[in-house]
Amino acid sequence: MRANLLRRLRDFFHQHGVWEVETPLLSADTVIDRHIDPIRVTLAADSNSAAAAPTYWLQTSPEFGMKRLLAAYAQPIYQITRAFRADEVGAWHNPEFTIVEWYRPAHAMHDAITFLSQLADTLLNSGPAKTTSYRSAFQRCLGLDPMACSEADLRRKAQTLKLLDAASLANAQTWDRDTWLDLLLSQCVQPTLGENGAEIIYDYPASQAALARIRPGDPPLAERFELFVQGVELANGYCELQDADELRRRNQEANTLRQRDGKPPLPEESRLLQAMDHGLPACSGVALGFDRLTMLAAGAESIDQVIAFPIDRA
Amino acid sequence: MGTYKTSDFRKGLKVQIDGEPYSMIEMNFVKPGKGNAFYKCKLRNLLRHTTLDRTYKGGDSLESADVEEITAQYLYRQADTFVFMQNETYEQYELSAEQVGDAWRFLKEGMPCSIMLFNENPITMTPPNHVELKVEYCEPGAKGDTATNVTKPVKLETGAEVLAPAFINMGNVIKVDTRSGDYVERVSV
Repeated sequence: MRANLLRRLRDFFHQHGVWEVETPLLSADTVIDRHIDPIRVTLAADSNSAAAAPTYWLQTSPEFGMKRLLAAYAQPIYQITRAFRADEVGAWHNPEFTIVEWYRPAHAMHDAITFLSQLADTLLNSGPAKTTSYRSAFQRCLGLDPMACSEADLRRKAQTLKLLDAASLANAQTWDRDTWLDLLLSQCVQPTLGENGAEIIYDYPASQAALARIRPGDPPLAERFELFVQGVELANGYCELQDADELRRRNQEANTLRQRDGKPPLPEESRLLQAMDHGLPACSGVALGFDRLTMLAAGAESIDQVIAFPIDRA
Repeated sequence: MGTYKTSDFRKGLKVQIDGEPYSMIEMNFVKPGKGNAFYKCKLRNLLRHTTLDRTYKGGDSLESADVEEITAQYLYRQADTFVFMQNETYEQYELSAEQVGDAWRFLKEGMPCSIMLFNENPITMTPPNHVELKVEYCEPGAKGDTATNVTKPVKLETGAEVLAPAFINMGNVIKVDTRSGDYVERVSV
């Protein structure tokens, strides 16, 4: 099953003139995400010399390496590789997983969404993906405007829907707006996404832009999109942020939030920023969870069923 | 007392909420790729056997519960108190009739039982899954009746009453499943 999907995936990219590349799994740089924890690696053979050895990171996605290639060559590229995220274990998560990531220069969000929809249809026969804005998806499921409503509205909604019992609710006093949005999205909205096929959600709140470009407006929206099939989050894409100074600002902000969440800050300067200072071409990029794709194709209920040796037997 | 972070959460974890011990019987990890991690947990109260559904956000923590399971043999009953002894330490543990529950019906002196301790005090007792007990009283079975689908109540030496096949007689030793109270097989006549 995996082998068959991999072959069809490579065929798809080949037919669309996208080149396969390889970038290091182990890097001195790491993406700074509020909610993604990279695994730190010391380049030392034993613990005695560990203190003096440089710190590296297992990639959480091949984003930095691939964008550095794009800055240099401006060609459409893809990669099928391993990514690592600490503490992510569950029916849909394994700390080491296979990620498919691609970048195509000069593609607007609309084209990137169409390409992703074609890819999903080719591999899963999911048909053309329905496209829905983040805002409409919330309105459809919850009758709530996620951009305009107050934090108290979100909290009340979660309470009415009994998503949290009294004690958990009391515990949630310190949750911010994005946390409430994440809870409602993952518990109520997501299970309905792509119920009968594929659905792509686009135009995320600017606070959840990550490395996507923000389109000015009222409210400003992140040019970010995600593919869901049968309620499963399968891929995440951006119209990529090109502005190095804006990325420096977001890195700082993400680190501030990480520290507030009790997480260690991550290094803010990177070789990607240096490359972006010289110029990253306008491009779209998408990352897709290959193990989840295999799960959907196979009708598996746990990621353990599609990985030879999941983390507790690795 | 230690704490468990959400990254330590897994099935079987023993935690403390409002001073009472709980066992995590279900744990579902939910996380939007770029978003917050949520841990949806089902917890069973080890004292009262009630369950709780709780949702935690990544980074939350729970107090650990000092819960230990030991094997001790049943010694005797004194009024409403059941006394057990841990073989290695000779430490004796007393459980109330309420803590022992229905399981008293299968308790026989010397039987190795599992006792759960919370802060070193016994809270629950589980007898072995299968016990072999002598039939103290039953109506005589019809001769030659070896069918197992015809059952009758039999009274065991410990006081339990179970349904056994008609061919079982007084003085027979039978094997009983303590979880269901069902007859399993005849051990000896």
